[in-house]
Amino acid sequence: MINFRYTRATDVGDAVRQIAAEPKAKFIAGGTNILDLMKYEVEQPTQLIDISHLPLRIIEEVPSGGLRIGALVPNSDLAYHPLIEARYPILSSAILAGASQQLRNMASTGGNLMQRTRCFYFYDTVTPCNKREPGSGCSAIEGINRINAILGTSEACIATHPSDMCVALAALEATVHVIGPSGERAIPFADFHRLPGGTPEIDTNLAPDEIIMAVELPPQGFASHYSYLKIRDRLSYAFALVSAAAALELDGGRIAEARLALGGVAHKPWRRVEAEAALRGEVPDRAAFAKAADILLRGSCGFAHNGFKIGLAHRVIERTLMQAAHGTPQIQAIKKIR
Amino acid sequence: MTYIGTATSRVDGHAKVTGTATYAAEAKTTGLVHGSVVTSSIAKGRIVRIDVSDALRVDRVIDVLTHANRPPMADADSGYKDEVAPDGSPFRPLYDDRILFSGQPIALVVAEDPETAQFAASLVRVEYAEEPHVTEMYRRWDDAPALKAVAKPGENPFSPPKPRGNAKAALAAAAVRHQGDYYVPVEYHNPMELYGSTVTYESDGTLTVFDKTQGVQNVQCYLCGVFALAPERVQVLSPFTGGAFGSGLRPQYQVVLAALAALALKRSVRVVLTRQQMYGLGYRPAMIQRIELGAKGDGTLEAMTHDAITMTSQYEHFYRQETGWSGLLYQCPNATYAHRVAPLDLPTPCDMRAPSAATGVYALECAMDELAVALGLDPLELRQRCYSDRDQNTNRPYSSKNLHECYRQGAEAFGWEKRSPEPRSMRDGSELVGWGMATGVWEALQVPIAVRIALTANGHAEVSCATSDIGTGTYTIMAQVAADMLGVPLDQVTIRLGDSTLPQSPVEGGSWIAASVANGIATTSDAIRDELLGLAKQMPNSPLSDIAPGEVVLVDGKLMSARDPARAVSIADTMRHGGIDRIELEKTTRFPKDETHSHNTHSAIFAEVKVDEELGVIRVTRVVSTVAAGRILNTKTASSQILGGVVWGIGMALHEETLLDHTFGRVMNANIAEYHVPVNADIHDIDVIFVDEPDDSINRLGIKGLGEIGIVGVAAAVANAVYHATGKRVRDLPITLDKLLA
Ligand SMILES: Cc1cc2nc3c(=O)[nH]c(=O)nc-3n(C[C@H](O)[C@H](O)[C@H](O)COP(=O)(O)OP(=O)(O)OC[C@H]3O[C@@H](n4cnc5c(N)ncnc54)[C@H](O)[C@@H]3O)c2cc1C
Ligand code: SF4
Repeated sequence: MINFRYTRATDVGDAVRQIAAEPKAKFIAGGTNILDLMKYEVEQPTQLIDISHLPLRIIEEVPSGGLRIGALVPNSDLAYHPLIEARYPILSSAILAGASQQLRNMASTGGNLMQRTRCFYFYDTVTPCNKREPGSGCSAIEGINRINAILGTSEACIATHPSDMCVALAALEATVHVIGPSGERAIPFADFHRLPGGTPEIDTNLAPDEIIMAVELPPQGFASHYSYLKIRDRLSYAFALVSAAAALELDGGRIAEARLALGGVAHKPWRRVEAEAALRGEVPDRAAFAKAADILLRGSCGFAHNGFKIGLAHRVIERTLMQAAHGTPQIQAIKKIR
Repeated sequence: MTYIGTATSRVDGHAKVTGTATYAAEAKTTGLVHGSVVTSSIAKGRIVRIDVSDALRVDRVIDVLTHANRPPMADADSGYKDEVAPDGSPFRPLYDDRILFSGQPIALVVAEDPETAQFAASLVRVEYAEEPHVTEMYRRWDDAPALKAVAKPGENPFSPPKPRGNAKAALAAAAVRHQGDYYVPVEYHNPMELYGSTVTYESDGTLTVFDKTQGVQNVQCYLCGVFALAPERVQVLSPFTGGAFGSGLRPQYQVVLAALAALALKRSVRVVLTRQQMYGLGYRPAMIQRIELGAKGDGTLEAMTHDAITMTSQYEHFYRQETGWSGLLYQCPNATYAHRVAPLDLPTPCDMRAPSAATGVYALECAMDELAVALGLDPLELRQRCYSDRDQNTNRPYSSKNLHECYRQGAEAFGWEKRSPEPRSMRDGSELVGWGMATGVWEALQVPIAVRIALTANGHAEVSCATSDIGTGTYTIMAQVAADMLGVPLDQVTIRLGDSTLPQSPVEGGSWIAASVANGIATTSDAIRDELLGLAKQMPNSPLSDIAPGEVVLVDGKLMSARDPARAVSIADTMRHGGIDRIELEKTTRFPKDETHSHNTHSAIFAEVKVDEELGVIRVTRVVSTVAAGRILNTKTASSQILGGVVWGIGMALHEETLLDHTFGRVMNANIAEYHVPVNADIHDIDVIFVDEPDDSINRLGIKGLGEIGIVGVAAAVANAVYHATGKRVRDLPITLDKLLA
């Protein structure tokens, strides 16, 4: 680990001032990702600005009818919050599908959004990696890429975003509230994470001197027809090979509204409004689900070890939509797939 | 006997769960400095230059040791040969500029605190002259190039057994044949405790070394060889070990680095490896095995061939006898074996729980399952038809073998008779249900060992032996045996182990310590009894005056006639009368070579899996492991051993794989988030059953040991269950869901 300076922000404004003053500084919230990355010398901040004690730990109702989740709300608190469990159970479920209880106790909402890829090469400073060291090359394309992306990849990077929570937030069309030296702004969730393109070193559209303050959920929570299904290499405590968040509103036996997002397949939670549009007005059956899957996975392309994800994603989409339509969401504590 | 055979809780359990048990990297010593290891980023070549100037400039850094400035070390291979070293030229940390594998230690940064050492280690700049490397083990049989055979059949304990009959002709003539290639990837032990050593540099220049190891005397001898030290200048201690599973049989490099720095700096030094660095140590070698079986239509075996290609490093010739288990286990008149080895630019592999059997029996028992399918026979029935009361390789009877009973009790507990034979014929909703089984086999070894016992007049016994307790429960079974043999309560027994100055013990491995040390305690106890009896006979009106030693037992603090409990004197009185307050004796126990019997443990494993048909997700919902392993000393610690073995076998079947990038020659998933082992969610019901297996001939107490048998066969039982569930035969471990969807 490289030596660094440690400071504590006194309030949100101070956090922004500190980060704006030192371009090589980083925030630390739960520390479950940044500390590992520092130990591996992947991240080499000159200064760690501790924000973990800032008063961003509240979940509150907003006038529009939605909920506002402070950036420092721990993942566990969020998953078990009565309002989340009752109104946005898909978010609870996605969080509980991730990591372990101990990690979720430490991990923050903002940190979860900002966590970095698990691509093996990104973690090993001996190997070239465009995300870690722009221009050095991508070792995964010709290397071990079983866990890498099949959608939205570029010649520079085929990494995935590893979060489960973010897949549900994408499906719910959350908004990310951030603040920087020039003030506050709101970023629609779909625009928060980026595709790698030619700049895989930039994961998100958060400016380097901005801080996440909150994530806002719109009123529609899809509490009766939803599911989050995560497929991984062991039954718990592993990142998704493929995961899906499906949320439906049914009306008279037809789909009135649909949301569908995938995890483990791209550099960001993967959504396509066309796939959701194709579901609207349809009877919720396998044919309709397969069509949506086709659209969502259009253009997918596998590498030496991850081609299986394409077929798997297709099946996961169908199954998750089925679970959502039947009102039998996957229960994370039970490993049998419903 | 009061304690032997009971479910006695660990005598060291309280110390472990309350944190008072001290491990190697926690040993308390004063004036300690800390070393951080720098490892190579290339797999093969030479170090051209190491620039340590930036590291040395860091405040509180004491020194940076490299091959260029290290103190003297042995220049001959013999200096580095440990008790269990394979043939070849052992790795020498910081010896010269040569790079033999990626992750090789090339510098040790020593600082006043670990954080400074780590930071300074990041500032060491290394320039290499790289050479092309090879790290790829052949996943497909036909991809393997011409390779040398490991050794001639029967040449040594690890070379393939001698062939029998004419396997080729018998195969050609067999009514039913099966051939399959079975792959096992590189697997790492991943013990919970990181490798670490704390070396105290005493004022007189001697070294007290707290090390994580399975053999303190092995490490002591090795350090004396490497640094040309007189034996009395090095003491190695390892009172507790947080798992090792074979990775601690050979001394690991951190102990060399810590001792080297202590000698160079005349300071006490601690070196702890990181989890990532532990993937630069030994491992279970990847291997591909080809098995061909030929049978008569009635399911009796006619012929088998078992060929293996395993891997080793470029500097040592490591191999184990993967092939021999096939020949030993089942009645089969014709058998041949072949074993070749691929030298790669990686560290030397090492023993890992049930080395060769976990892998060899995996291949055999999957092949037997496939043969059963080809024959249209129930897999259990096939095993029973091929049952052998003799070790087929040596044609000797077993000292005891109650595998029949394992099959019977295991099948009954599991409900095997309700199995429907067709694959894909059992279901539970959206899940396919599969039932598979396999046989397990391991050796029952015993090794010469010395035990010292000090029995005091107030009824306390101290039992000493330089063996280790690597978490298996050795402290506890030693205390149980001593309490029974000496007739004292369990809490009046103190066990001392893990100290190189104690009576001689080999490394703890091969499941040989329980049998060896228990019988060793019995031998020394006898000697104590004899001495006590000698004193007792001199007492006036001694009730034992005309009795032979063999007829006297020590019970409840008394010397007593085994036939007539009324004839007894108290040990305290005997000692008082003899004018002593303690008897201390050390005896070495040797086990006569038994040329007339084979000694093995056996098991039968039954597994149930449920597989989501559409998504390929596998759950191992039930395992019954039935074990025949002689006398069970402690049903609680023994069950734990088997449970752990089963969990590990499930991991071997479904999860474990070291991912090597061959461009860089490096392990890419060098951490336990990405190197998958089972987590709680992967483990459901596991039922462990010990069947009775009295064995009067193996050793006095009838003990066989069971550290390894628990894992053997489990991966095959799971793989066979997956086949039964899905109709898909995956021979390439681990069985990940993509292989089922393919
Ligand atoms: C072994 C392991 C397994 C895991 N498994 C899973 C899994 O299965 N699914 C899953 O989804 N996740 C998993 N995780 C990841 C875990 O969810 C993240 O590490 C966690 O959410 C990060 O939150 P944190 O508060 O600890 O972030 P930190 O580590 O503190 O920070 C992470 C990054 O976010 C930045 N940051 C933090 N807060 C803010 C803010 N308010 N504004 C701007 N930037 C900020 C930091 O500067 C840093 O760059 C796993 C992690 C580990 C170690
Ligand atoms: S996929 Fe991205 S993160 Fe992985 S090696 Fe390539 S550039 Fe780096």
